[in-house]
Amino acid sequence: MTSPELGGARITVYPDGPLVVRGEFVLDDLDKGQLPTARVIALCRCGRSATKPLCDGSHKITRSPRAVPRDAAPERA
Amino acid sequence: MRLPLPRGPLSAAVIDVLSGSDPAALPQSPVEPVDALTDDDLQLALWTMYELHYRGFDGVDDCWEWEPRLIQLRNELEAMLLATLRAMVVVPRDGRRVADRLRSLIEADDGPSLSRYMQTRADRSQWLQFVAHRSIYQLKEADPHTWALPRLPVKAKSALLEIQFDEYGDGNPARMHSELFRVVLTELGLRSEHGGYIDVVPGITLAITNVMSMFGLHRALRGALVGHLAAYEMTSSEPCRRYAKGLRRLGASDAACAFYDVHVTADALHEQLAAHDLCGGLAEAEPELAEDIIFGAAVCLAIDGLFAAHVLDSWAAGGSSLRTADDSLLAVS
Repeated sequence: MTSPELGGARITVYPDGPLVVRGEFVLDDLDKGQLPTARVIALCRCGRSATKPLCDGSHKITRSPRAVPRDAAPERA
Repeated sequence: MRLPLPRGPLSAAVIDVLSGSDPAALPQSPVEPVDALTDDDLQLALWTMYELHYRGFDGVDDCWEWEPRLIQLRNELEAMLLATLRAMVVVPRDGRRVADRLRSLIEADDGPSLSRYMQTRADRSQWLQFVAHRSIYQLKEADPHTWALPRLPVKAKSALLEIQFDEYGDGNPARMHSELFRVVLTELGLRSEHGGYIDVVPGITLAITNVMSMFGLHRALRGALVGHLAAYEMTSSEPCRRYAKGLRRLGASDAACAFYDVHVTADALHEQLAAHDLCGGLAEAEPELAEDIIFGAAVCLAIDGLFAAHVLDSWAAGGSSLRTADDSLLAVS
């Protein structure tokens, strides 16, 4: 059920997370024009992303003590 | 890639065999080290045997990959490592969805923040060390998790492929994440070939990649493998933004920062796919794997915390986080 039908797009709402778009789509910005995108994208739903319209995981800052700036957040890369 | 330098009897025996010695000389029932997770000799022996399953070594026959006596030794060392991990990471069972449990696990993690240090304080020498550590995994980024593909049910497999397409550059080799990392190494004046820093990284750095290889090469550990990937993706976006800022603070180009820049949005997407579709999909189809999924995620967080602590503690003590400081490219000034 996660795959869009041929020729269409599917938008999935992830709980406490972004809108994930799969399938055939373009992403237009009225000021910048069509934006380059990956095949699957996550659109910001909380308004806090620094990479809008794409999600950057910042929604977690609104709900998670982990994301409050401190020297004790888990890590990657 | 050339063979590494030995660090003790286990790694010496493996390297000798791959260099042409009689495999009958491999140790039988090796003695378990005090801490299998950080033991230099055990981790290097495992890493060397695992690399036979990836790209191999210059001048070493590819057929060593399935040599029974090497596999037997590998199994024994893996049993020690797995027992250490099972003892270190204990997550209570609960009946919630796997995705919710993963999120709770990550929110509760209180490991030290290496990315904050790299963003605001690390000097050039420390950045070189950090990148040398990371090169061990990042130059084959995503490869260990690819082992899961043929072992997954449909929904989980589809989710893993969505993630891996991105990791491998979506058809553009230059956008492959391992290749983007090569640009970081090159711009910092470091060697960019796979395994270029194998002789200077400590056991805990080898353990980061060895655990992924162990989870990846055993179908029985497929739950742990996808759980590991989920924890990896779920703790990536925010640190990568900090790493990019740290690199730019040192004057790095946009091309060098691209590796970290792309991970900010890519991993914000991947964490959703990994938690809900990959791990959730696997747990839905094979509910008995739920605890292993959580185990794999907890292992990822725990090892990452140990690695960060090692690096930050070494620097706080005024030393190098690498095994030797005599590599001219990595000299501590």
